[in-house]
Amino acid sequence: MSWMERYLLAITGRRFAPRPLRLLEAIWCYTSYPDARIWNNRVSALAGTTRSTGNLGLSAALALSEADIYGLGPCVRAIEFLIRTRVELAGGGELAACLRRERSQGRTLGGYGRPLCAADERIAPTVDLARSLGLAGGPHLALAYAVEALLIAERPALRMNYGALIAALAADLGLTSHEHHLFLIPLFLAGMAPCYLEAAAHPAGAFLPLPCHGVAYRGAPRRTWGPA
Amino acid sequence: MSEEVQHLQSRIWQEEPEADNPFACRAAYCHGYDVYGEMLGRAGWAEMVYLLFRGEAPTRTQAAVLELLAVALASAGPRDAAVHAAMCGGVGGSPAAAALIAALAVGAGSLGGAREVRLAMEGWQACGRDLAAWRRRWTEPSAEPIGIFPPAEHPAGFDPHGVSTATPVRQVLAHLAALTPDSRGAWLELHRAELEGAAGHPLSLVGVAAAALTDLGFSPVQGEMLFLLLRLPGAAAHALEQAEYGHKKFPFYRLELEDGPTEKVR
Repeated sequence: MSWMERYLLAITGRRFAPRPLRLLEAIWCYTSYPDARIWNNRVSALAGTTRSTGNLGLSAALALSEADIYGLGPCVRAIEFLIRTRVELAGGGELAACLRRERSQGRTLGGYGRPLCAADERIAPTVDLARSLGLAGGPHLALAYAVEALLIAERPALRMNYGALIAALAADLGLTSHEHHLFLIPLFLAGMAPCYLEAAAHPAGAFLPLPCHGVAYRGAPRRTWGPA
Repeated sequence: MSEEVQHLQSRIWQEEPEADNPFACRAAYCHGYDVYGEMLGRAGWAEMVYLLFRGEAPTRTQAAVLELLAVALASAGPRDAAVHAAMCGGVGGSPAAAALIAALAVGAGSLGGAREVRLAMEGWQACGRDLAAWRRRWTEPSAEPIGIFPPAEHPAGFDPHGVSTATPVRQVLAHLAALTPDSRGAWLELHRAELEGAAGHPLSLVGVAAAALTDLGFSPVQGEMLFLLLRLPGAAAHALEQAEYGHKKFPFYRLELEDGPTEKVR
C-alpha cells in the first residue's frame, strides 16, 4: 500500500484504485513550489534563518496554508460550491442563477482568479493527466468549466485556477468537502522543506533582513505618553 | 534602471536606526509613543496591548477592564482542551513553541475557543442590546459563510454542556458590570437569565469575554486574536508543570474501541 492510499484510507475509510491514486498524487506533485516569497513558504524560510526547527517551521507554514485568498480556503469553498451547485442543477436549477445567488450572499467564489497572476500553469498538465487516466469526464469538472465560461465573460481575470480544478476532480472521485480539506493538508509541504533548508544553509538572519527604513510608517505622529 | 524599493507598511510601529547600523533600533514608537524612552516604567502590559490593537492609549477604566479580563482568561486549568494540548507537548518534551502552537490550535475553535469569541462578538455587532434581535439570531440563524472551520453547533457565548451559569462566569460578569455600569457587560448581567433562556444554555466565560472585548472597542477579528493570546499563560505554565511531573504521572487513558476493525471488515 502506498502512503497516498494509506492516507486516503485514513480520511475516507475507503480504498482507491490505482488510477485515482495516480491522479491524486499528481495533484500534490504539480504544485508545492519552493518559492520562499510565497507567504506560507516564507514562514518555513524564516524559521530556517532564525534557526528554529524544521518541524516548527513547516508546521506553521502548513497552518498558514488554510488561508482565505490562497491555499485551502478557496479549495474548500470551491468543492462546497461545486457539490452543492451540481445537486441544485440536477434538481432543475439554472447555473447563472446559482452563481448570482452565490455572489449576492457575499461569498467569494473559491477557485477562480488568482491573487498574484491570472493564468494557472498547473491546469493543463493536470487535465492532460486526468484525461490520460480516463478521469476527466466527471460532472463536477464539466460544471467547473461551465462556471469559468460564465465568469470570464464578465471578468476575464476570473479564470479557473488550480483550486477549482482539483476540487472538481476530487468531487468526481467521490471525496466530500471535508475529505478534500484533509486530503489537501500536505499539498504545499514539498515546497516548504527546501525553503527551510536553503535559509538554514545561509548565515543566520540572512533571509529577508529588513533595515529600520524597510518599514514605511503610516501612523500617528509622535506624541507624549501620559496618564489618561 | 533602478529597482523599485519595496517597503512593509505599518500604522503601528516606527523605528529609528542607530547611527552605526541600519538594522539596530535606536528608538521605537508605537502609534507615536516612544516605547523605550517614555512608556517603559509608566505603561502597564494591558495598556500596551490596548495601544497596539486600538491605536490609542486606553482610559483608566478600559485598562482596568482589559487587566481584569487578562486575569480571568490567563488559565483555563488543566481540564481545558487547549491546556491539555499544551500539556501533551510538555510531557513529551516537545519544543516550547510546539506546546503553545498546540494550545492555539485547539483553542481556536467554536467550542470555548477563539472562533466562538469572534462569532459572539459578531452577535454583539448585529444585535447590540436588543433582546428580540438576539432571539431572532438564534431561532432564525443565517447561513454561516463557508470556510475552513466547521459550522458552529451552538449559540456563541453560551455553554452547550452547561446546566447553570458557572460561578466564575457570574463573578467575572459582576466585576465587569461594577467597573463599567453602562457597558454591554452590565446589560448582559441584567438580562442574563432571559438571554440564557433564549439561547437554551447558560452563559459561558467566552460570552462574557466577547461582551467585554466589544465594550473595549475591539473588532471581532481583534477579539479572536486577543483571546488566543490571553489564554496562553496558563497553557504554558501547565505544559512546563507536566514536563516536571513526567509522562508516568500523565494519564494515558484506557482505550475503548467503539467499532472493532474486524467487525467493520465483515
